[in-house]
Amino acid sequence: MAGMVEIENAEKTYDGGFQALKGVSLSIEEGEILALLGPNGAGKTTLISTICGITMPTGGSIRVGGHDVVRDFRAARSLVGLVPQELTLEPFETVWSAVRFSRGLFGAKRDDAYLDELLRRLSLYDKKHSQLQELSGGMKRRVLIAKALSHDPKVLFLDEPTAGVDVELRRDMWDIVAKLKETGVTIILTTHYIEEAEAMADRIGVISAGELLLVEKTTDLMARLGRKELRIALSAPIETVPEGLSDYDLRLEDEGETLIYTYDTQAERTGIARLIGSLSEAGLSIADVETTQSSLEEIFVGLVRKEDDEGDAA
Amino acid sequence: MNWTAIWAIYRFEMARFVRTFLQSIISPVISTSLYFVVFGAAIGSRIDEVDGISYGAFIVPGLIMLTVMTQAISNASFGIYFPKFIGTIYELLSAPISFAEVILGYVGAAATKSLFIGVMILITATFFVDLTVQNWPAMLAFLVLTCTSFALLGFIIGIWASNFEQLQLVPLLVVTPLVFLGGSFYSISMLPEFWQKVALFNPVVYLISGFRWSFFGMADVPVMVSLLAIAGFTALCVLTVWWIFKTGWRIRA
Repeated sequence: MAGMVEIENAEKTYDGGFQALKGVSLSIEEGEILALLGPNGAGKTTLISTICGITMPTGGSIRVGGHDVVRDFRAARSLVGLVPQELTLEPFETVWSAVRFSRGLFGAKRDDAYLDELLRRLSLYDKKHSQLQELSGGMKRRVLIAKALSHDPKVLFLDEPTAGVDVELRRDMWDIVAKLKETGVTIILTTHYIEEAEAMADRIGVISAGELLLVEKTTDLMARLGRKELRIALSAPIETVPEGLSDYDLRLEDEGETLIYTYDTQAERTGIARLIGSLSEAGLSIADVETTQSSLEEIFVGLVRKEDDEGDAA
Repeated sequence: MNWTAIWAIYRFEMARFVRTFLQSIISPVISTSLYFVVFGAAIGSRIDEVDGISYGAFIVPGLIMLTVMTQAISNASFGIYFPKFIGTIYELLSAPISFAEVILGYVGAAATKSLFIGVMILITATFFVDLTVQNWPAMLAFLVLTCTSFALLGFIIGIWASNFEQLQLVPLLVVTPLVFLGGSFYSISMLPEFWQKVALFNPVVYLISGFRWSFFGMADVPVMVSLLAIAGFTALCVLTVWWIFKTGWRIRA
């Protein structure tokens, strides 16, 4: 079955020659929440802008609900709602006129009952007739979401929904996204916070320098991120890992002076206490211990390096 | 055609006008009255007549044209520039609408506003001078075409401008001088012969002349030439807008 959003080899080169997207391919299922994770300038916003019609792709194809976003832009864009990163709103309009305008702009018939319900869902109803310039940042963000949802889209894009938002509002935003998912909306969000992606997304796509490095289930990626290494500096170097320690995931480094144990922080038992016991049973004495975690950056670096190696080999 | 979207834009733009309705009426009424005091009473008392028409009545068509042109430009250019400036243009770009529909909404609203102001001035003028309109259909046609074509020009300026100074530049440096030198307050025939020839290169001369013809049945240039000029100007604006639409110039990267 084709996904709700199908991106095939999408490319975007700006007039200045800067290549923001270098052939991104991605399929997003209906009702799924996908987080696009990556550093600033990685191409997250460009990818979203290209799907939504704010910039034109220079190569490849993008379909939303089976409609090509360039050739069949009316059908494609009717299915899409976009919440931009910046709090861009007409200051003198009211919440109500703003959402009504958005609904009309997307060609949907006037439906005050739906918009009332939408404002209630986003806790905006009592601000219905307030001017947008009077609202707090968090409320403005909600208005942007209400505008994006005003025509009942099937796909919602949230560009950095929690950028510059305090902790409480961030939790709020996560709740809103969870509720939207229940209504069957497909959600694509960008972020550069790993914990945010973890809290909201079913799958995480990692994007860097215009390339999609990986797309994985959140649970799988977190498991990889959850692995830690215990580095044990030995008082005296050894040649091989002793027989009695073969049950453990161990390897030797630094010419036998360091033993490295890899474990899962999210497992019920890390096995560290048992390992320390086994080490002294094997007659090894410990000079020092240290733990390290593979961070998102390391995963990035690992992925980029792997690609470079493959590139060199080819 | 996404008529719902065109209506949404038109309605949204008109709402701004309605919110400031009082200002929208008062300012043209006051400025028209001022023009009548200065040009009609003070200067006009020494001019008496132009081609058999009292000077006070003679300047009415020029005055309407002057205001309508500047209002159409400023309304349309601001209407499209403001979303660009504050960033809400993202919504227009991501909406299932074509550029033609965006133009119909914005230009339609700007033309409506300036048409309304033009009519306000006409009504105010009747309190000061005796006015007759010899050819109502021609008068309305010239008025509507001018509102529309200058709103189109304003839209182009709004798309082109990348700051507020540029937004003011074309109206201030090009349009206002052309309108003032276009015979708003005098007949071209009053100029020395050399400047009469120069004036014929000013496109606004043809608009004002044609518009004045519809009031008094007299004109600096034949009315058909005026009609061709305004049609040509409108066509030029439409072509430019079409080109912007094709290339996404200054709007869509």
